[in-house]
Amino acid sequence: MTAVDQSVIATLLNAWQYPFVRYALAVGILIALCSSLLGVTLVLKRFSFIGDGLSHVAFGAIAIASVLNLSNDMLFVLPATVCCAILLLVGGERAKIKGDAAIAMISVGSLAIGYLLMNMFSTSANISGDVCSTLFGSTAILTLSKSEVWLCTVLSMLVVVIFVLFYHKIFAVTFDENFARAVGTRAGAYNLLIAVVIAVIIVLAMNLVGSLLISALVIFPAISAMRVFKTFRAVTICSAAFSVVCAVSGILIAILADTPVGSTIVAVDMAGFALFALLGRLLAR
Amino acid sequence: MALISCENLTLGYDGKPILQGLNFTVNAGDYLCIVGENGSGKSTLMRTLLHLQPPMGGKITMGDGLTQDELGYLPQQTAWQQDFPASVREIVQSGCQGHCGLRPWYNKKEKALVAANLAKMGLTELQNRCYRELSGGQQQRVLLARALCATQKVLLLDEPVSGLDPLVTAEMYQLIADLNRSDGVAVIMISHDMGAALSYASHILHIGESIFFGTLDEYRQSEQGRRFAEADIADIAENGSEVTAR
Repeated sequence: MTAVDQSVIATLLNAWQYPFVRYALAVGILIALCSSLLGVTLVLKRFSFIGDGLSHVAFGAIAIASVLNLSNDMLFVLPATVCCAILLLVGGERAKIKGDAAIAMISVGSLAIGYLLMNMFSTSANISGDVCSTLFGSTAILTLSKSEVWLCTVLSMLVVVIFVLFYHKIFAVTFDENFARAVGTRAGAYNLLIAVVIAVIIVLAMNLVGSLLISALVIFPAISAMRVFKTFRAVTICSAAFSVVCAVSGILIAILADTPVGSTIVAVDMAGFALFALLGRLLAR
Repeated sequence: MALISCENLTLGYDGKPILQGLNFTVNAGDYLCIVGENGSGKSTLMRTLLHLQPPMGGKITMGDGLTQDELGYLPQQTAWQQDFPASVREIVQSGCQGHCGLRPWYNKKEKALVAANLAKMGLTELQNRCYRELSGGQQQRVLLARALCATQKVLLLDEPVSGLDPLVTAEMYQLIADLNRSDGVAVIMISHDMGAALSYASHILHIGESIFFGTLDEYRQSEQGRRFAEADIADIAENGSEVTAR
């Protein structure tokens, strides 16, 4: 064993002693798992940008929460994001302003209002530091309080349970909504469910990678798995595994190299995608 | 009692009627072809029959114990379904979704139904293959098997042969005709292909400026029928298509 190997192991063992590192890993795994589950549905329904839009909404909501001095801002951010998700996904069919434009409006609007509020009312001495950490996650995952860890755990378990229970229905609604409606599946209700679950995932994932990078956590596992696997079940399982592996390695690398957690995870996701794309090419031959 | 009867139906969307005074019935074992020019409201009629949109007037009644979730539907394929990662089996079994209610898994009876319909459509060996890697004709058979999982009573087909080559088209028509004759499944089909409509259908619904509904023989005698059929035959003669062979 070389000296470098030994120092890597020593650093990791040293980090493992701190409870916040163990929390970060546990929460990271759970969040990565549930954010990857609905990725396939979002990518295939052409909803990729909704994740992005909602993350900006969550940013705006966090700004409002911090101005209001709420002790646990997730209790405000979560319902606000859920409302916007329902508006975008369910109201989107009837609204006058359609799809892309509506998402762009809501997302840029909340970003602007969020930054404006933070600048006008924040009591913090380091506003740009606050903004940066909300957008890019920085070390947020390593500073979770015990109650936040519990909330994350319960919510992500809930997402996984809902996904497993409604797996076949989500498949039917994603593959062919009209057919599903015609045979009596309540597609509207399931779209609503998907919207709510996405919002929950976005708010959870903000803790891990920050609001600007959430889409990566939702999209990369799904499109990577789709390069290699060809059935819905295989793609779902593979993207869950892909997401967890990337999140764990991202967090470990971030600890070792002292880099920001969120962007490190996304970088690992990108590398993973490149690998899967190559693998897909090779298998296709 | 008819499976489906429509009385004085008015169709349209966004508050604009495009078709008025539509009356027709579909009985068990019927093979109804819906023909008409582009934009005459054929797809709107199908969407209305499927309850995907409400009729603007008149009413649709279902009889003979037919319920709303017993309509099998073969939609036109959308482009993005072509890159959907799903196996043949996964797609066919989603046809059983209407029987499931809130139950999260498929039971033995539904799995047996899936296996039977896969076999009926000659897909048993393809069941683990990826949908997007199949040929156009195979994909249509997958969607037909899915529709059969939803119903044994009525199939609604929206241009089932569009984009298929002549040989596969003939196979597809034969498959649908077999389902109609041997299994007694009522078929409601939108078609542009007059030749097929005239050789397979038992009833014709012609929509457009004037509406005709009746048996195939009545249609041949009617003014719309003669005009439309002549135009189509002229078209066939011009293109030298193989459809004349039928």
